[in-house]
Amino acid sequence: MEMKKPVIKSIPYEEFKDNETLEALIAEINKERTNVVVGKLDDLINWGRSNSLWSLTFATSCCGIEFMSVGAARYDFARFGFEVTRNSPRQADLIMCAGTITHKMAPVLKRLYDQMAEPKYVVAVGGCAISGGPFKDSYHVLNGIDKIVPVDVYIPGCPPRPEAILYGMMQLQRKVKVEKFLGGKNRHQKRGELPAEPIIVTNHPVKEDKEQ
Amino acid sequence: MMDIEYIDIKSFRQTMLDRRAAGMDFLREMIGMDWEAEGLGVIYILENSATHDVEELAVRITERDRPQIPTVSDIWQIAEMYEREVYDFYGIEFAGHPDMRRLFLRNDWVGFPLRKDYDPSETINPVRLESEKNEEIVREYDIAEDKQLAELVEKMKILHYDQFVINIGPQHPATHGVLRFRLSLEGEVLRKVDIHCGYIHRGIEKMCESRTYPQTLAFTDRLDYLSAHQNRHALCMCIEKAMGLEVTGRVQYIRTIMDELQRIDSHLLMFSCMAMDMGAITSFIYGFRDREKLLDIMEEVTGGRLIQNYNVIGGVQADITPGFAAKVKEYCNDQKKRLKEYYDVFVNNIIFRNRSIGVGILSREDAISFGTTGGTGRASGWACDVRKRHPYALYDKVEFKEIIHTGGDCYDRLLVRLEEIVESIHIIEQLIDNIPEGDFKTKTKPIIKLPEGRFYAAVEGSRGEFGVFIESHGEKTPYRLKFRPMGLPLIAAAQNIMKGHKVADMITIGASLDYVIPDIDR
Ligand code: SF4
Repeated sequence: MEMKKPVIKSIPYEEFKDNETLEALIAEINKERTNVVVGKLDDLINWGRSNSLWSLTFATSCCGIEFMSVGAARYDFARFGFEVTRNSPRQADLIMCAGTITHKMAPVLKRLYDQMAEPKYVVAVGGCAISGGPFKDSYHVLNGIDKIVPVDVYIPGCPPRPEAILYGMMQLQRKVKVEKFLGGKNRHQKRGELPAEPIIVTNHPVKEDKEQ
Repeated sequence: MMDIEYIDIKSFRQTMLDRRAAGMDFLREMIGMDWEAEGLGVIYILENSATHDVEELAVRITERDRPQIPTVSDIWQIAEMYEREVYDFYGIEFAGHPDMRRLFLRNDWVGFPLRKDYDPSETINPVRLESEKNEEIVREYDIAEDKQLAELVEKMKILHYDQFVINIGPQHPATHGVLRFRLSLEGEVLRKVDIHCGYIHRGIEKMCESRTYPQTLAFTDRLDYLSAHQNRHALCMCIEKAMGLEVTGRVQYIRTIMDELQRIDSHLLMFSCMAMDMGAITSFIYGFRDREKLLDIMEEVTGGRLIQNYNVIGGVQADITPGFAAKVKEYCNDQKKRLKEYYDVFVNNIIFRNRSIGVGILSREDAISFGTTGGTGRASGWACDVRKRHPYALYDKVEFKEIIHTGGDCYDRLLVRLEEIVESIHIIEQLIDNIPEGDFKTKTKPIIKLPEGRFYAAVEGSRGEFGVFIESHGEKTPYRLKFRPMGLPLIAAAQNIMKGHKVADMITIGASLDYVIPDIDR
C-alpha cells in the first residue's frame, strides 16, 4: 500500500521546509507492508491523534511565556487541537520543553518523560532546549535536551515566535500522521537508544529573529 | 563608584548591630566576593528606608578551606537567603545561621562555582540523572565568640514528620515556573514551607566574568524576561556610569518610555496569571489580548516580542519608528478604558475578594527586613520605589504618584499593580510628545575597558529594585558582576507569610507576589 503524504490543511506539503526526513520516515515505515483495512483504520486513528495532541506543560523559563501567548487569544492553538495542556505526565502525549534545562532540572525532565505513556513525543522549544542556547558554556546548563531524552521536533529561536511554535507543532502533526499504530512498528528503537532522525524546523514562515 | 569601608571580622557583628540600630533597616544587597590573594569576602549594601542614605561595608577573610563569617540573618531577615546564596557560590559558612544549606545547586555538587579557582570540568560535576536526596537535617554553626572555628552544634530537622509533608513542584503550574515547595501540613494548614530554588540556575554571573561588557548585556533580558528593558537599562547605566558616558536626551526619553511600557506589560501578565491561577480563565484571555497590542508596538521598535535586546551601551539599538508616538498614544487611551473591564470581570468579583482580602499579610517592618521592593513592598506601605528613592533617567522630571497601599494582603498587591499601570500611562503621556531630536546612540568602541573600581546602579524593575554591581580590575571583562534579584526577597517573604494559611491560599499568595523564577536563580 502506498502511504499518503501527510496533509495539513493550512499549509501545502511543498511549503514545509523539511520534507526529506519525513519521506525517509515514510519509506522506512513502508518497508513492512500492512493490509488495507488496518491501514485505513490507522489513518483514522492518526487523524484523531494528530488533532488532539495534549502537551505536558513544561515551561521552565522565557520560552514558556511565548508558549502562553500561543495559548491566548491571538494565536489560539485550539485551532489545531493543542489547547489541552496536562499537568500530569500520565495524561500527556508530548512534552513541550520550553526553556533552559539545568543540571538540577535534568533528572526531573527525564523522570517525567519516563512516566509518560507511549506513544510520546518531545518538542524542544528555543535555543536553550536545543543546545543550551546563550548559556552553552555555563557550568549548570544541559547542552540540549536530546542528551537525555529523544527529541522529535526542534523549534529554534530565542524565544521562537508563536508562529514558529505553531509551525513546529504542525510538523509534529505530520509526523504523527504517517505513523502506524496498528500492525508494523512505529519506532525501530531499542531501549535507551535515541531515535534516528528528528525533524528540524526552521523559522519559516517568519523571517528569523535577529539575535543581538 | 562605591566607597567601601572594610570592617575587621572581630568587630563585625557589633558594627552590623550598630548600623541596624542607627536606622539602616534595609539590606539592599549582599555580594559574595573572591579576591583571590586577598581572600574571600562579602560586601553589604545597607540603606536607611527613611532617609535613603546608603552605606557600603565589606568584610574579608583569608582562610579558604573553611572560611567563616558571623551571620547577620537575625538582624535582617533577608540575609538568611542571601547568606545561603553566598555559601552556595563561595563556600563561606555563616556562623549562627539557622539553616546552612545550598540554595541553588544540588546538595551533592562538588566545589563552589563562583570562586576563581573553581574547576568546571564535566568529570567533577557530570549531569546526574538520579534525583537529589532531600536534606532532612541542617547544620547550624555555633556563634560563640571565643572558639576559633564555630562548630556544628545542633542538628535541626527541616520538616517534622509527625506532620504531613507534601511536595509541590518543581514542575507545577501553580508555582509560576520551576520552583519547588516542601510543605508540612497540619490538616490543611501550612505549618512550615521550605522553598527550593535553583532549578533554573544558569550560572549567568559566572559566565559574565568571561564576557566583554557588550556581551554581558544579552543575559539581562533573560533574567526576568518581564522586565527585560529595565534590567538591561540597569546594566547599561552601570557601565555608562563607570565609563563616564553621558547619553543623549533622546536616549533618556526612549529608555524611560520603554521601561514604562515594559512595566505595563509585566503588570498585565501578572494580572492575567493571577486570574488564571485562581480559575478565572476569562480574565487571562482579557489580559493577554491587551498585552499582545503592547507587544506589537515593542516588536515594531525593537524587533523582538519578549527578549528585545534593545538597550546598548551608550544608547539604544535602533531609533524609534516614525509611527511610534501615535501608536503608543492610541494604545494608552485604549488601555485606560480596558482597565475598567478588569475590575468588572475579576477584581470586584466576590469570590476573588474573599480569597484575597486579608490573605497573606506582609507587615511593613517585615517588608523592609525582607527587602521586598516593588509592588509587594508598596502594598505593605513601604515607599520603596527606586524611581523616587534614587531617581535615574527622566524620573525626576516627570510627575507621577507612588502607589502605596497599607493592607499588605493579596488584594492590595494586585491593586498596586493595576494602579501602577495608570501611573505608567501617565508618565508615558508626559514624555511621548516631547521626544527631543538627537542621536539614538553614542558611538562606543567594541571593546570597552572600565576603570578600576566598584560600581552599582539600580532601576525599578517590574517587580522591585533591580541592581547591578560591577567590580572592575581595569580589564575588558568584569571581575565580578552581580545582579540583585528582585524575586529572592519575595520568596523569602513567601516562606514566612504562607505559614498558617491553607494550601489553596498558597497559590493566591504566590501569584500575588509575582515572582519570576529565572530572575531568582540567575
Ligand atoms: S531559548 Fe532564549 S528565550 Fe528560550 S529559554 Fe532560552 S534564553 Fe529564554
